[in-house]
Amino acid sequence: MKILIIEDEKELSDVIRQSLEMEAFLVETAGDYRSALDKIISFDYDCILLDIMLPGGSGLSLLQELKSTGKSDNVIIISAKDSLDDKLAGLNLGADDYLTKPFHIAELTARVKSVLRRKSFQGKHLIEIANLTLDHEERTVVVDGNLLALNRKEFDILMYMILNKNRLVNKTSLAEHVWGDYMDDSDDYEFIYSQIKNLRKKLKENRAGIEIQAVYGIGYKLAQL
Amino acid sequence: MNLLNHTLKYLSIALLGILSVWAVLFYINMLDEVYDSLDDGLDNYKMLIVDKVREDPATLSRNTFGEGNYEIFEISEQEARKVRDVYQDTLMYMQNEKDLEPVRMLSTAFFQNGKHYELKIISSMVEEDDLIEDLFFALIWLYVALLASILLVNNLLLQKVWKPFYDILEQLKRFRLGKEQSFEPVETNVKEFRVLNETVGTLVNHAVDIYSSQKQFIENASHELQTPIAISMNKLELLAERNNLPESDMETVGQVIQTLERLTRLNKSLLLLSKIENRQFSDAENVSINLIVKDLAEEFADFAEFKDVTISVDEKADLHVLMNKDLAAILISNLLKNAIVHNTSPGKVDIEINPNSFKITNSSKAAALDPEKMFHRFHKGSNDKNNTGLGLAIVKAIVGFYGFEIRYWFDKEHVIEVFLMA
Repeated sequence: MKILIIEDEKELSDVIRQSLEMEAFLVETAGDYRSALDKIISFDYDCILLDIMLPGGSGLSLLQELKSTGKSDNVIIISAKDSLDDKLAGLNLGADDYLTKPFHIAELTARVKSVLRRKSFQGKHLIEIANLTLDHEERTVVVDGNLLALNRKEFDILMYMILNKNRLVNKTSLAEHVWGDYMDDSDDYEFIYSQIKNLRKKLKENRAGIEIQAVYGIGYKLAQL
Repeated sequence: MNLLNHTLKYLSIALLGILSVWAVLFYINMLDEVYDSLDDGLDNYKMLIVDKVREDPATLSRNTFGEGNYEIFEISEQEARKVRDVYQDTLMYMQNEKDLEPVRMLSTAFFQNGKHYELKIISSMVEEDDLIEDLFFALIWLYVALLASILLVNNLLLQKVWKPFYDILEQLKRFRLGKEQSFEPVETNVKEFRVLNETVGTLVNHAVDIYSSQKQFIENASHELQTPIAISMNKLELLAERNNLPESDMETVGQVIQTLERLTRLNKSLLLLSKIENRQFSDAENVSINLIVKDLAEEFADFAEFKDVTISVDEKADLHVLMNKDLAAILISNLLKNAIVHNTSPGKVDIEINPNSFKITNSSKAAALDPEKMFHRFHKGSNDKNNTGLGLAIVKAIVGFYGFEIRYWFDKEHVIEVFLMA
């Protein structure tokens, strides 16, 4: 899997690259409009992370270029602009997703994997991990052939954790992903703990080959047993 | 009161003064002229009488006023020396009016055949009270006629003259920063209106320029702030993932990440607040408050359950309002979040939707809040570290943006009611 990061802020670009390399992706970076244009013309990428404000030109015109060659569907815009106009313009130009800075690493990983999954397994929406099979269209989880009864939030948590398996997931990131934007500001997200507890119990009772571990002070991690 | 009638108000007061002063002067002048003419008449009469007396001495015995309007007395020389020609006002019984009426009397003396005589001649005079009354009514009619004609002229003529002014006013009234529209100069030959045209035009363009540069500034500032936050946060997340930190260091890293998250929220809230206050949410749609309330109650369900707070929604009416959907959701979610956070455990939040308002009532440990201060920026009612102190300021800004009204009162429970329609 080859991923291109188009981001002028080198430190941010580096930290994203490090994180994606931990997922064993092949990562390239471009720091300005010119080099980004060269790269997208010369090579094919499975996913492109695109900043809108770039030295030398706008990310939106790069997107236009990608659209004209039919390659804009695997683009995730990462922008500090939380402006609706940009979001709409980007999505109209065929971008797959729009992520506002600052974001959590786990959220970016989940979004990148969603893009890759849509791209590589057209029509197939099953994810397999250990003895679990997730169908994210039907929103069902099967463990060793037995259906695991999960509520909506539990499924979302499990899905997010699986997309970030073996990675540290910040609890704020989890809360925002599962409970939505309106939940920011509300306490220490302690309330997500009870949902996690139920999910853990169900996984354990069904002898699932995965476990959600608490990481002291930060959040959670999904590990394969 | 519009401008035209406003001038009429002052004009009517001024006219009243001018007419009153004018009336007094006119009255004095007229009376003066009347006396002058009467006295001339009396003087002439005196000469005629003296001539007549010389021809007909029998007249000297007329010592009562009769039909001739004069009387003659014989007087001593000493008395005669004191007599000067005196015109004076006096009263005399009039047969026709059957009352005492004012008359003008000339007292004088003359010398005839070695004897001195005093002569008094009268002439009937204007009745001052009648004169004043007539004058008064005439003036009132004049006053009313003047006002009526000014009103008429104002409304027909001046309205036409002031039309460019009202056109400019109408344009300014419709003008909203952030909406794509320009100021159309009004056609006029009047110098003042042309100046107004230019001034308003310059002002509007200036405001639009500042507005767009401020908008640009806000966006750039957010960009500049959010990228360093993103770098710091993501680096810390990777640091925590390396798995070689002792637990106490992990906790510190976690705390710093939380602080950065708080900074992000603060930045986003400030941005939102500026955007609302800069009227950057111009697109409005027909929003169902019922739907948003129900969706949000569902979204907050887990959080409320964790806090042991029961949320109930009472839909007394179907409330729709024309506004930006995101702002509607932010308005309600901020209030709802507050109601859940600042609650008792167990506690309750009741949402009531009425035909033109919605009301959120919550139980709470806290006593009544100060309705003056609670909506201020960074006013913190509690020492909850995750509270940015901007939630209610954002609510207030949204309410102000749409001209809604928000009321808070305390009646054992905290009640906030938002009126979406006047």
